[in-house]
Amino acid sequence: MIQVRELSKFYGKKAVVEKVSVNIQRGQITSFIGPNGAGKSTLLSMVSRLLDADTGEVLVDKDDVRKMKSNDFAKRVSILKQSNFMNVRLTVRELVSFGRFPHSKGRLNEEDVRIVDQAIEYMELGDMEDSYLDELSGGQRQRAFISMVIAQDTEYVLLDEPLNNLDMKHSVQIMKILRRLVDELGKTVIIVLHDINFASVYSDRIVALKDGRVVKDGPTEDIINSESLKEIYDMDIPIKQMSNCRICVYFNS
Amino acid sequence: MKTRYLIAGLILLSFTSLFVGVSSITPMDLLDWSSEETQIFLISRVPRLVAILLAGAGMSVAGMIMQQLSRNKFVSPTTAGTLDATRLGILVSMLLFTNATLLEQMAISFAFALAGTLLFMQILDRIKFKDAIFIPLVGLMFGNILSSLTTFFAYRSNVIQNMSSWLQGDFSMIMSGRYELLYISVPILVLAYVYANRFTVAGMGEDFSRNLGLNYKFVVNFGLILVALVTVTVVLTVGMIPFLGLIIPNIVSIMKGDNLEKTLPHTALMGAIFLLICDILGRVLIYPYEISISLMVGVIGSGIFLYLLFRRKAYA
Ligand SMILES: Nc1ncnc2c1ncn2[C@@H]1O[C@H](COP(=O)(O)OP(=O)(O)OP(=O)(O)O)[C@@H](O)[C@H]1O
Ligand SMILES: [Mg+2]
Repeated sequence: MIQVRELSKFYGKKAVVEKVSVNIQRGQITSFIGPNGAGKSTLLSMVSRLLDADTGEVLVDKDDVRKMKSNDFAKRVSILKQSNFMNVRLTVRELVSFGRFPHSKGRLNEEDVRIVDQAIEYMELGDMEDSYLDELSGGQRQRAFISMVIAQDTEYVLLDEPLNNLDMKHSVQIMKILRRLVDELGKTVIIVLHDINFASVYSDRIVALKDGRVVKDGPTEDIINSESLKEIYDMDIPIKQMSNCRICVYFNS
Repeated sequence: MKTRYLIAGLILLSFTSLFVGVSSITPMDLLDWSSEETQIFLISRVPRLVAILLAGAGMSVAGMIMQQLSRNKFVSPTTAGTLDATRLGILVSMLLFTNATLLEQMAISFAFALAGTLLFMQILDRIKFKDAIFIPLVGLMFGNILSSLTTFFAYRSNVIQNMSSWLQGDFSMIMSGRYELLYISVPILVLAYVYANRFTVAGMGEDFSRNLGLNYKFVVNFGLILVALVTVTVVLTVGMIPFLGLIIPNIVSIMKGDNLEKTLPHTALMGAIFLLICDILGRVLIYPYEISISLMVGVIGSGIFLYLLFRRKAYA
């Protein structure tokens, strides 16, 4: 379990994340939603130690993240940021192999190679594994990054808007893979999503942020209703039930 | 290009280099151990060859590490003020100690090279406008400022004559006795290879590095220390060799990518070969005179550099 306690981040006098406390259960997909600037990325960055919190603490399975060794932390928690600028010329396979870095320091053993193969296969990158990243499309590159994080094989996987740049097919594919990581391998996935329908269909829990505070936190079915969405987004969004899925029809509200 | 071919080419060129020069020496002469030819061979030709190989490999790898750590393809000892800071360091060591030993010169110029490079990296961090071409220009300006400081103080204290030997790279003065300092680059190259994977990860950026559990700051600083050490040993023994650390890593990057563990041996080989070719050409073009290596590398290198600039533009 990841416990976030009273976490705050200030830029100047403005608190962009303010006394946020949430518990993230193991073996679930927890989606973070909320309007632009709500503080979702900032929160994820603090949980994953990319950013230092100003107050509060984060515990991963009861261990304070600030006290963990970098390498141990990297074996337990991985993160993919919202935007990734990388001008290192690596092939897809090389990039994904670096996902094993915390475990192998670059000297891959058989087990590492197997995990890398699997991560590439999950993301259907097999036929472009020897292409250089700068020769790929934005969405293909995004899939390569996700594949790298999967190869890192951590208990907790944090993804900040991983569906950026992806077409419908690959968005669905990635959400299904995340579901498999959780259901079959017992991983814990924390994901920031803007499309609430993906959140609705695939997540176990939803945490909604607004102006740096948690405004909703609960099982998916408790959050995906017109009332709660009104509170989060200031929009009247009707919900339609379609074969097990609750779809938010927000396009003309 | 296969590594195998590179090694074959290197051996062939090394052989050529050993037997090109004002006094003609043939392999047969070496059979007589006490002949004058053998003496020249051992005192001048062999050290020259070793110096070229080490300087070529060292400067190329140093450039490659810098480009990886600064995440900019146009940063190198030439374009980040490292070379100029080194020279300023040499001047300071000459002013502080009237008869500075090689080790004192080395220590002081190392401190300057490192400080200069770190300062440039700080400037790089603060620049908002991170255009790939703008940054090396800033580096060149920074280098020129250091360089004018050096010239100014060298004039004031009448050591400009002594300094000029460090202005231009020159292998014709390489003799046994002084070039041995270059051997330092051997363990440095080995260390660079050991750290290659870490440098690659650092090149992905600070956030990626942290995600992968890398101690980013340490690795960057460690890399820059290696770079400064190599640069200092080369400048102190051979002199400035511009552009080498810029063009070789760029060519390798285009051909084989940036996975340093894979490309480092290639870069070292290519650097040595390129410098060897420049040196041999410099020795035969206006025989029996010599064109200095920095002029040769400067002319050929700046041509390739321009080509790379335009190429980058095309697919940027
Ligand atoms: N380095 C910074 N300096 C100052 N303010 C910042 C900085 N980084 C983020 N902020 C501010 O913090 C707030 C939260 O940003 P954050 O990136 O966490 O939002 P978000 O919820 O991820 O938004 P989005 O959905 O657009 O990605 C924003 O108002 C932003 O302007
Ligand atoms: Mg964000």
